Amino acid sequence: MKGNEAIGEAAIRAGCLNYFAYPITPQSEVAEYLSKRMPEAGGVFLQGESEVAVSYMIFGAAAAGARVFTTSSSPGISLMSEGISYIAGAQCPAVFVNIMRGGPGLGGILPSQADYLQATKGIGHGDFRLLVMAPASVQEAVEMVMEAFPLAEKYRNPVMILGDGLIGQMMEPVEFPENFSVEPSNKDEWATNGMDTRKSDQRNLVKSLFLDPEMLNSHNNVLREKYERMKREEIRFENYNTDSDYNVLLVSYGTMSRVCRTAIDQLKSEGFEVGMIRPLTLYPFPEKAVEDAASKESCTSVASIEMSMGQMVEDVERSVRGKKPVQWFGKCGGEVPTPEEVIEFIKSL
Amino acid sequence: MQSEVMFAGFGGQGILLSAKILAYAAMKEGLEVAWVPSYGPEMRGGTAYCTVVVSDKLIGSPIIRHPMHLVAMNRPSLEKFAPMVKPNGVILINSSLISIDSGRDDVDEIKVSVNEIAGKAGSVRSANIVALSAFVARSKIVNFDILRECVKKEFAKKAKLIPLNMKAMDEGRDAALKN
Amino acid sequence: MGKTFQKPEALTDQITHYCPGCTHGIIHRLIAEVIDELGIRGRTVGIAPVGCAVLAYNYFSFDFQEAAHGRAPAMATGIKRVRPDLMVFTYQGDGDLASIGMGEIIHAANRGEKFTTIFVNNAVYGMTGGQMAPTTMPEQRTTTSPFGRDVEDVGMPIKVAELIAALQTPAYVVRRTVLKPKYINKAKKAIKQAFTYQLEGKCFSFVEIVSTCPTNWGLTPLESIKWAEEKMLPYYEPGDYKIPD
Repeated sequence: MKGNEAIGEAAIRAGCLNYFAYPITPQSEVAEYLSKRMPEAGGVFLQGESEVAVSYMIFGAAAAGARVFTTSSSPGISLMSEGISYIAGAQCPAVFVNIMRGGPGLGGILPSQADYLQATKGIGHGDFRLLVMAPASVQEAVEMVMEAFPLAEKYRNPVMILGDGLIGQMMEPVEFPENFSVEPSNKDEWATNGMDTRKSDQRNLVKSLFLDPEMLNSHNNVLREKYERMKREEIRFENYNTDSDYNVLLVSYGTMSRVCRTAIDQLKSEGFEVGMIRPLTLYPFPEKAVEDAASKESCTSVASIEMSMGQMVEDVERSVRGKKPVQWFGKCGGEVPTPEEVIEFIKSL
Repeated sequence: MQSEVMFAGFGGQGILLSAKILAYAAMKEGLEVAWVPSYGPEMRGGTAYCTVVVSDKLIGSPIIRHPMHLVAMNRPSLEKFAPMVKPNGVILINSSLISIDSGRDDVDEIKVSVNEIAGKAGSVRSANIVALSAFVARSKIVNFDILRECVKKEFAKKAKLIPLNMKAMDEGRDAALKN
Repeated sequence: MGKTFQKPEALTDQITHYCPGCTHGIIHRLIAEVIDELGIRGRTVGIAPVGCAVLAYNYFSFDFQEAAHGRAPAMATGIKRVRPDLMVFTYQGDGDLASIGMGEIIHAANRGEKFTTIFVNNAVYGMTGGQMAPTTMPEQRTTTSPFGRDVEDVGMPIKVAELIAALQTPAYVVRRTVLKPKYINKAKKAIKQAFTYQLEGKCFSFVEIVSTCPTNWGLTPLESIKWAEEKMLPYYEPGDYKIPD
């Protein structure tokens, strides 16, 4: 299945029958797919007038208690970032898929990882975080999209799937997980789903405005506690060739990590050991895993390999805490470094 | 063992479709597979290309600079990609539209006039199927009968096109093996 | 003898923060009365704007969401699409709806979203301190048009009801005012009609209400009413601009 279509189908399989979106390359196939598939499944499909409006359609629907998601690509996500801030502030669960393309501005339409910092550090105004997951294959995109809904509900926080254009455009075999619980959590405590719906006299209010500084401060503390809990419970990563006595440790995610895997295999056949940590969650970032792997005695240097001009490298440096030198290697704008280029870089270390 | 096939030609020549059918056939054989299109403005009538990566283990980089094989449907594609093909790979040249050679002596070069063959088989629109079957017959990258089933399945909704495409497949295979 | 006048159930006991002479309180009450009369409080979701009415959720006693500037119609779309059985209304001012939220309101109206918009037009940005709005009258002085609105420079005030009524999609689009008791009953009837169309799933419904802002206009409440009647009503004429078949 093509990545974009698989992402759309995964949401339906996860019991998300509500999709609002605005077309943008390279992920418009999600909307095309769901414009047919959602009505079949008895769900809601609506093409909004802009990404800004879409982010608020998502907000309204999420606040009313529905499982809801959207997909977009970098410039579109920037427009949605306004609504995402409100959704995070109002503590509503929603899933955003960013199939990244090159930037800044209109940039290009080819695969990129240039929105790492936006997704993990500062997608909108105010003090909040998204739970960010990064798939490296179509299969993983499916699994992450499906998991994203219960996670968004667990934390009452937006979850972002950060893929690149290749994940969306590529076709790979896919198996949809079975026995997935599609039942959304009970949201009667907070959702504006109508007092009659929840048989309650207590009205619910969904808002992000706290004019009293003390109240806003404690609200921000509530949010912070959620992000701390994510750090305790949701960090995910994968090791590659870290059983070996590697000299170099790579940190890479998404499509880029597959290129690194090929490079590592090639180097291994030449008798040169390289290990890799592949973060599956970018926020929370697997700091300890990177630190531990970098601390290995045989390891003399660490490199963050990215399809960007050095964004994740800041988190890698922070994790390694000066124990080993940290380098960056990458390319931008739709140029995906080849295994040969990664090998050359590693050999230069 | 991993091998990669690059399909390249004008937009509208059915490049993505023949690549997709090959990907399905490989999947049917139980292989790992990735179908990686070029996308964007070049989809609109320019050079389109699409790579199929087939492997017996998990596929690493899906971005391939140097494919094992090339199916070139037009001249710009041949000129652009022939130098990239790995030694001992197959380069299929659509001689209906390409009057030159690949200029490589370390590959298995075959020339098939896919447009003429497709026209004779019933429709020039099945040129991509002729090229695909010629390529598969020559490279043996997947089992030919499995490929045939996948072509049938692709046209299941337009069943009247199946006999025509089966004929295109036979002719393509024969042309490749005679070459 | 029973009570002849009491607070609608759809309002809370909270005292509003609105300025003396402001008409928001009247409009809130009309909406609450309509909701009570239709018996829909348990399935109504209101959406508060950014503007003076941002805290409107404190005064209504049913579910409420708070929107970002101008985005209430997109939020209402989201709710109504996933829960068509809920009664949804947006409550928006002229800065919110006619300036930053023009895209959202036009497209929601054009899609024929089955919710209700109450649009309070007092020709000025209230909450941010009396700046010029798209609805500010020619020559009207505001904190960002200190010499009066220069229409050569910033164009004429936007007649939103007429603009929305120009769309081809069927809708209920009317303008009313609450400047005097004789107008108030008409306004309430329109609000009730708008909610009734929504209840029937018939069409998008839009009630513009010409209002005052004594504080930012720098007038007394009575002077404000006079000014609105003399300056605004001839330009923003009350009337029915579109009625569904």
